Amino acid sequence: MEKLISEFSIGLFFWQTVLFVGLIFLLRKFAWKPILNAVNEREEKIQQALKAAEEAEKKMQALNNESEALLKHAREERDQILKEARETKEAIISEAKTKAVAEAEKIIAQARETINNEKMAAITELKNQVAVLSIEIAEKILKEQLSGNDKQKAIIDNLLKEVNLN
Amino acid sequence: MLRTIYAFLITVFLNIPTAIFADNHQEPAHQKDSTITHNEAHEHEAAEAHHDAHGAHAEHGELDLKARIKADIKHHLQDSYDFHLFSYTGSDGKEHHVGFPLPVILIDGGLHIFMSSAFRHGEKVVESKGNYYILHHNKIYKTDAKGTIEYDEHHHVLNPKPLDFSITKNVFMIIVIMSIIFIMFKNMASSYQKNGGLPTGIGRFLEPIILFIRDDIAIPNIGEKHYKRYMSYLLTVFFFVWVVNLFGLTPLGVNITNNIAVTFCLAILTYLITTFTANKYYWKHIFWMPGVPAPMKVVLAPIELLGTFIKPFSLMIRLYANITAGHIVLMSILGLMFVFANWIGSSLSFILAFVLSILELLVAALQAYIFTMLSALYFGTAVEEHHDDHH
Repeated sequence: MEKLISEFSIGLFFWQTVLFVGLIFLLRKFAWKPILNAVNEREEKIQQALKAAEEAEKKMQALNNESEALLKHAREERDQILKEARETKEAIISEAKTKAVAEAEKIIAQARETINNEKMAAITELKNQVAVLSIEIAEKILKEQLSGNDKQKAIIDNLLKEVNLN
Repeated sequence: MLRTIYAFLITVFLNIPTAIFADNHQEPAHQKDSTITHNEAHEHEAAEAHHDAHGAHAEHGELDLKARIKADIKHHLQDSYDFHLFSYTGSDGKEHHVGFPLPVILIDGGLHIFMSSAFRHGEKVVESKGNYYILHHNKIYKTDAKGTIEYDEHHHVLNPKPLDFSITKNVFMIIVIMSIIFIMFKNMASSYQKNGGLPTGIGRFLEPIILFIRDDIAIPNIGEKHYKRYMSYLLTVFFFVWVVNLFGLTPLGVNITNNIAVTFCLAILTYLITTFTANKYYWKHIFWMPGVPAPMKVVLAPIELLGTFIKPFSLMIRLYANITAGHIVLMSILGLMFVFANWIGSSLSFILAFVLSILELLVAALQAYIFTMLSALYFGTAVEEHHDDHH
């Protein structure tokens, strides 16, 4: 201990203190502050870049989700539209069918009526012709039967006979 | 654990600790009559000398070598007034020292400034503004024109020491290292702007360390809310201690953190910052500990108050002791290579020194980490907010 104290040099202590304190302040101004600031800045930048990357990834994820949802929605819509179209088609077809059936029935009914009318007309005409023919036949027969006096007398006799009976 | 290993090694190899913890009066004692035992170190040396006397005559050479190694280690651990790079023995047989002088600044009834080369390694008395100074065992003493040095009975120099603000080797290296640190981090800071928020070059290596101090030292200990205030100090102290420790391992032979004055300065800064940024809860916990009975509060207050001084004191001693011990062990083992002077012993010493050097590299960073970590811990207790008084 005595040795340590006797070894203590005031001059060296003085210079060491002055120079060391000077060095601290010089280095603080010219080295430590700029270095630590630069390091801090860089670290912050890295932190920010990492955060930005993470956010970008999140955004990408969100976008992906959104597009997927959109796709799903579109698919659903398509299905819906197709389904509706199918329904419409079926409805149209069935409507057309009913209409066609009704029309056909109507046409058939009309045809039937026409046929009936035609038939009635034909029957009437046939009746008329049959009547005419009958008259003509009767006339011819009468003409034939009434051609001699004998015959005419016989008929009158017959007729007279019938009247007598009444 | 490390210190136990150090202690063991120290006791086993050489008697180095005596050289370190003996005072600087050891050498004059050695030069004088060896029968007078002034101190421990002297006793050891005398004993060794006695022991060696039984052996061959050649062993005297070994003793000289051991003494030289001791002196070298001691010299290595000491501050000095000139910057010594290396020595060599020239063709003239003399030892030449290569280095450069540093300015000496003394305050002694006025300002005295001259270059340390004026001392001529302690051979010459320097006259400045009517005062005379002499360099004696790496310390400057006031003396007279003839350069007389007076000793007391324990061989302590009695001459007065002037107030010394010299740019010594350590101060010089502190300035150099601080400049390196400043330029390094200034460049790093500007590289962020040029390169769009990324560091270039050495900044790539330093940035994780800065982030480590922020994320693993400052934030967990101080808390997210307050840590920013302390970052400048924590970063500066970490890099200063680390770089200084690393420089201590280079062959330049500069040991800044094994000066108690340096570690004291760092510890006192930690103490001052803790004290002046502390909130009311911190003081409440010291002077009136919540949650304990009143008489205990009275007993705890001085203990807690003492604790605030002991914490930075332990910081100071830990750093100082670890680095000093590391240097002593490393240099002792290097010295052993010359003591053994054979293939097996020297190779083993070399391997041991190599492994220890790697360990010291770890210790250099570890001590910087521990100092920063504990400082942060103390700051943390100063700003901790207690919402309730439960313990």
